[in-house]
Amino acid sequence: MGVIVDAKGLSCPQPVILTVKEMDRLQKGEIEILVDTDTSKENVSRAATAKGWTLKNIEEDESGFRIIISKD
Amino acid sequence: MPKFIQIFATRWGIIVVGALIGVFAQILQKLGNPSNMGVCVACFERDISGALGLHRAAVVQYMRPEIIGFVIGSLIAAYAFKEFRSRAGSAPIVRFILGVFAMIGGLVFLGCPWRAALRFAGGDGNAIFGLLGLIGGIWVGTLFLKSGYNLGRSQKTYVTVGWLLPLTMLGFLALMLIFPQMQGQDKSGVLFYSIKGPGSMHAPLLVSLVIGLIIGFLAQRSRFCTMGAIRDLILFRQTHLLSGFVALVVAAFITNLILGQFNPGFVKQPVAHTMSLWNFGGMVLSGLAFALAGGCPGRQLFLAGEGDGDAAVFVFGMIVGAGISHNFGLASSPDGVGPYGIPAVIIGLLVCLFIGFTMRKQVA
Repeated sequence: MGVIVDAKGLSCPQPVILTVKEMDRLQKGEIEILVDTDTSKENVSRAATAKGWTLKNIEEDESGFRIIISKD
Repeated sequence: MPKFIQIFATRWGIIVVGALIGVFAQILQKLGNPSNMGVCVACFERDISGALGLHRAAVVQYMRPEIIGFVIGSLIAAYAFKEFRSRAGSAPIVRFILGVFAMIGGLVFLGCPWRAALRFAGGDGNAIFGLLGLIGGIWVGTLFLKSGYNLGRSQKTYVTVGWLLPLTMLGFLALMLIFPQMQGQDKSGVLFYSIKGPGSMHAPLLVSLVIGLIIGFLAQRSRFCTMGAIRDLILFRQTHLLSGFVALVVAAFITNLILGQFNPGFVKQPVAHTMSLWNFGGMVLSGLAFALAGGCPGRQLFLAGEGDGDAAVFVFGMIVGAGISHNFGLASSPDGVGPYGIPAVIIGLLVCLFIGFTMRKQVA
């Protein structure tokens, strides 16, 4: 299992900044990102795919979304 | 439903929304709103501040239904797509102060980013300095964001919290209906109205409200944000939001040509002054405040509509900021900057820098 980025409660653009930072640091592997708004979910997904990462899964629960991205 | 959601999250989605805002703004102008001010969030919140008597600048007093529509339209969209999430607690006092200074800067330039775009699309060359200032202010904001600036986490909270700004807006609408404008009267019940000047110029209430609702609904779906447009370009080289902002300018320009509302030049532009340095400086302050607060004034209204209590605090900051601007002689007029406008911009920049430098923490 990869790294977890907890961006819950953080407003735009913090979730993307934190995700990009992890993507740049790891270069490949799997990252799990926690966000609590639809906007953050979309922004993180867009930033990840723009950097060549794959959206593996998005789960929604009461507290928000769990996004899993990966790159080989 | 899911397909509909995706449409507005796509590039074409945001382009369509930006273009619609540009067209709607010009239609509202044709129907009575002030020139190059079909829709201006800062100006209209300033007019609301005047309608409530928080300032007594006689020419800018009107309870703008567009603003009410933006919040309620966003609320409706958020509920329709199960996105309403009541949240608050991310440095509200800081957001209030940023709202106050965002408005002070905006009223030195005479507009928000939306109006800067509309003024540019209407041929007002002074808007170029405002747009450059906006970019400059946001650029400074991205430097803080890169060095760890953030306002901390919000918390999920009672639904009531997210409803307070929408309810306030419904209250404002009720006041308008109870105390409607009367010909030649500057006061009706508790509300102030303008007899002359920009505040006296407005499209019919119902048209303004319906267009406001449509824009609020679409902007909530697409996350339209003019500050984010420039910020994301600088920070991530992303052009998603930018394409919406550009679409607004292009659509407003074309609509202006069709409606005969395009008048290129620098002097005698409607509700504008020619002091380039302070057109620039005012928007540097606004742009920085928007970047530190995470959204342009329109976006703050849409966020407030989907339950963001912190964005609501920013909105109230802007309304109070308008009161301060006009009461203290900070706001500009077509003659130029107000007597205390320049020191206010400098103080505002210092306050924003103080906030930016002292609220940095690298989140692990």
